[in-house]
Amino acid sequence: MGIELLGGRILAPFFGSSVHIWGSIITVFMLSLSLGYLLGGKLSTRSPSLKIYGFIFIIAAITILPIALFSQWLMEAIFISIEDARFGSLVASIALFFIPTVILGMLSPYSVRLLVKRSNESGQIAGKLYFISTLGSALGTIITSFYLILLFDINVIIYSFSGLLASLGVLAIFIHKARLQYKAELSHV
Amino acid sequence: MCKLIAVLLLLLSLPVSYVQAKVIHNERSLYRNILVEDEGDLRCLKFNVKSTKTQQSCYSKSQPQQLVFNYTKLMMASLLFNVEPKRILIIGLGGGTMSNTLAQLYPQSQIDNVEIDPAVIKVARDYFGFHENDNIKTFTQDGRIFIKRALLKNQRYDWIILDAFNGDYIPEHLLTKEFLQEAKALLSDNGILSSNTFSQSKLYAHESATYKAVFGDFYQVSNRVNANRIIITSKNGFTDNPIDPKKHNELAEKLADYGVNIKFIYRSMVYTKKVQNWSDNARILTDQFSPANLLNTHE
Repeated sequence: MGIELLGGRILAPFFGSSVHIWGSIITVFMLSLSLGYLLGGKLSTRSPSLKIYGFIFIIAAITILPIALFSQWLMEAIFISIEDARFGSLVASIALFFIPTVILGMLSPYSVRLLVKRSNESGQIAGKLYFISTLGSALGTIITSFYLILLFDINVIIYSFSGLLASLGVLAIFIHKARLQYKAELSHV
Repeated sequence: MCKLIAVLLLLLSLPVSYVQAKVIHNERSLYRNILVEDEGDLRCLKFNVKSTKTQQSCYSKSQPQQLVFNYTKLMMASLLFNVEPKRILIIGLGGGTMSNTLAQLYPQSQIDNVEIDPAVIKVARDYFGFHENDNIKTFTQDGRIFIKRALLKNQRYDWIILDAFNGDYIPEHLLTKEFLQEAKALLSDNGILSSNTFSQSKLYAHESATYKAVFGDFYQVSNRVNANRIIITSKNGFTDNPIDPKKHNELAEKLADYGVNIKFIYRSMVYTKKVQNWSDNARILTDQFSPANLLNTHE
């Protein structure tokens, strides 16, 4: 949500601040999240592990970097080739936000898979996850729009989000390794 | 007790002033509420019911050529620097009064009006006598996109009037260094850009620093009543004595017909090279950093 909110500011210099900007951004985010949920669910059926989970975080961290690195020339190229600002903003939203949002969307169903141990508790765990992720989205939105944009450049905020995602990914992989080691030690004893 | 009665009387008398102003048109557009009010001889366009800051445009029904609004008069001070603009770009239409006045002053000039909200254009045509012809065109577009496209087409303007701000909301992408550079590139050799702005509190310094970074020193005229100021910048910067006294007199005569006392306005103009009323270390607004609306309310 933090990125979605920045999206409007990133696109405005080339595609204006008309309502269609938000139409484009929200459409692309919803579309890519829905695809991400589907893919994440599918991926969770094949030997799910905290390691893969960590890698998804790291890939997400990498794929949001182009928003900061290449958005200028990308939007310029789209601005020149597409005259209609509505479709221009739609294409630019897809180019910038589609891939990272699909990957971020994969995290939710994958989390459910990792946390659910027994099927009778699946509803409760899914509920808690929805609670945490939606609450996180709300906080991300308000912190970004009320404070972060008042203090930092857009790119600095994007790099920080990327850094945060990457650290979470590394943490997940680290926990995975630690657990493996622990299990190995147990079996030796 | 006396105080209480006084307050009650005051409260009772308030609605009376509203009764006098008759709302003759009210619509909710994609972007805002649009109200057209008649109050005696005066017809006004408002973008918000409660706030008095957002009175966009007023005109006198019996003397439509008289400029009623203080800031439109102040805007005319730009003409001191570029007396015969051939190509004029107006970003933000309002009631179209600026376009109408300039069309009368310079019937041969080409005027392009850019307005994001189609409903505002319609209201200007239906209620404010907004006049269009082969020389006066209107484009429904975001101002920044219009300027970017005009640059691609290699167009140039002698005078760009930026009037897209109001007291309630500032389009933040029209306040950045990058935007002002684009607008500057669209000016002809001795072109002038004038902005009607509403910066208060912290935004004032940021906005001033941004204009100075792009254009160098500029002239400004403020209206303390509703915190708006006109910023007048020049593509090539200003010389020390940019105003020719003879032209000044000619212009004063011409503008008197429109209710504009240009000599009076000239005396209240401030050149930032001589008087700078903001701190030099104010951070410049860019596409990366432009929290204009937050800064404008942040005390």
